[in-house]
Amino acid sequence: MENILQGIAASNGISIAKAFRLENAELTVLKESISDVSSEIDRLQIALSHSRSELATIQKQTQEKFSDQEAAIFSAHLLVLDDPELRAAITDMIQTQHVNAEYAVQEAANLYVSIFEAMDDPYMRERAADIRDVTKRILSHLLGVSIQTPEDITQEVVIIAEDLTPSHTVQLNPELIKGFVTDIGGPTSHSAILARTLEIPAVVGSKTAMATIQNGEIIIVDGEAGKIIVNPDAETLVAYQKKQQAFAKQKAEWQLLAHEPTITLDGHRVELAGNIGTPDDVESVLKNGGETIGLFRTEFLYMEKEQFPTEDEQFEAYKSVLKQMNGSATVVRTLDIGGDKELSYLQIPHEANPFLGLRAIRLCLDNEDMFRTQLRALLRASIYGNLRIMFPMITTIDEFRQAKEIFLDVKQQLISDKVEVNETIQLGIMVETPAVAILADVFAKEVDFFSIGSNDLIQYTMAADRMNENVSYLYQPYNPSILRFIKLIIDAAHKEGKAVGMCGEMARDETAIPILLGMGLDEFSMSASSILRARSQIKNLSKTALESQIDHILSLSTADEVLQFIKSLDR
Amino acid sequence: MIKKQFVFSNGEGLHARPAAQLVAAATPFKSELSLEYKEKKVNLKSILGVMSLGVAAGSTITLIADGDDEKEAMNKLEELLRSEGAED
Repeated sequence: MENILQGIAASNGISIAKAFRLENAELTVLKESISDVSSEIDRLQIALSHSRSELATIQKQTQEKFSDQEAAIFSAHLLVLDDPELRAAITDMIQTQHVNAEYAVQEAANLYVSIFEAMDDPYMRERAADIRDVTKRILSHLLGVSIQTPEDITQEVVIIAEDLTPSHTVQLNPELIKGFVTDIGGPTSHSAILARTLEIPAVVGSKTAMATIQNGEIIIVDGEAGKIIVNPDAETLVAYQKKQQAFAKQKAEWQLLAHEPTITLDGHRVELAGNIGTPDDVESVLKNGGETIGLFRTEFLYMEKEQFPTEDEQFEAYKSVLKQMNGSATVVRTLDIGGDKELSYLQIPHEANPFLGLRAIRLCLDNEDMFRTQLRALLRASIYGNLRIMFPMITTIDEFRQAKEIFLDVKQQLISDKVEVNETIQLGIMVETPAVAILADVFAKEVDFFSIGSNDLIQYTMAADRMNENVSYLYQPYNPSILRFIKLIIDAAHKEGKAVGMCGEMARDETAIPILLGMGLDEFSMSASSILRARSQIKNLSKTALESQIDHILSLSTADEVLQFIKSLDR
Repeated sequence: MIKKQFVFSNGEGLHARPAAQLVAAATPFKSELSLEYKEKKVNLKSILGVMSLGVAAGSTITLIADGDDEKEAMNKLEELLRSEGAED
């Protein structure tokens, strides 16, 4: 019988294949007493050396396939495996208590696991998982149980798993793994990001996939809707096969546009940029025809860690993005945290209205040391490309001046320390508050560029929390109030000869694109997977024709009237 | 035997990466190498031992080297700690 599960869409596309459950091996350890101590220690040594060569292979493969950074976790596993204290504790137990190696390994490891789990630092608590991972590997060799890995798969499948560990994901072979579904994880989890890089359709956070799906069942993964269809009936299967073919055909057509400029029917050129969260995302932006980076959300560097990323770690990330972009503009947004985004290691006082509270630039100006570390890392990396720095959630000119002053001070310090920096870094702001929109002409004189953050601009203009479902009807990108603001911002910037981009959801919206184009938006920044679709749309639009409609659009009364009018233009 | 004190000023404390580097640097030496922190002493060649101390940023640690190559070992470790932002 057909059964539909709902999860979180993690990677676009549709896949249809048999389910392959990636089980956690049953490693039951019994306490046994042994008489032959030396042969028990031999068994231990053999298991350790097998584990060691296995880990070394995975580490090497990861280094080749991905990067040193991805491989670092396995170097850590190797150090745990070779830990002299852990080994001494295991052999000591075998020798003095005459217990079997399995039991000794488990007991000795558990001791460390409990030490780490009791620590205050959440980062250290997570290290307990590393010890468990290594213990599992040793036990699997002692017990002669093989740990299933994606490498064992020999036919086309959809992987069903509780979660994919880093050692799983680096072994995924996109030739055979047509999609994956996990019970836990979110859209920014390690496995979701990797799925997008490998362009494998994926749904995460399904909660019940492992409990409901059996090996060999036919699975449809709809990576766009976040749906999993188990045992589809004939009708559904045909519908999805058509959808899959259409997706592939469309993708192939769009792919032809990957290296084309984005030029309208009447010869006007705009820039299509990519939004990224990590250096790994650049590859897919370039592959999908992104010309520049319009938004590098640096908060992921902070959110994926359990403590502040160091200046060097940030420097490496910024440098990597700039080098990959090879001289093309790269807009990096300074830390945008607060509101709905938290850092486990940064105490933000509880606020009744976090979206109206201490967030983004406000928080950075309040934690100047943290802000300076980020700016130092950015300035040091600036020599590797065309860096532009953008401050989020600016509300007043004073905030911008203060941020700029800190930037100039950090820059001066680096220069006097004889550190090379790029002299021509542009400083811009996100326009996401009505206060800035209405004063855009004044801001335009001081900043180098604007980028409209449509999601927040809508939320703050409509005074409607976008997380609150009761008022979600007020999230109206086409409301003339929003459109008038956008027009005001673009005109003000152009009057001062400054460029305006947009990096919110609206920039990739099929209805909004013609309006934005008509208003003269210079740069549209969006997720990599939307770029080619946007390019194919813009190539079939005429800027002058749309320009002449803007006055009428701005005179309409409601969002629905705007929507209907845009639809009528299509006909 | 050589004993030396350091202030571990690296912003993240003795976390996985610096701990792993320290252990990797210590392992090849014959001397007995240990790390003392808050009256607890662990084998510097043991990643689990070193990390289980939970050395926080800005705290004082003591390195102890004892054996034939204690001088070379201490020099090597000192160099590494310095590059990680420790001061003596």
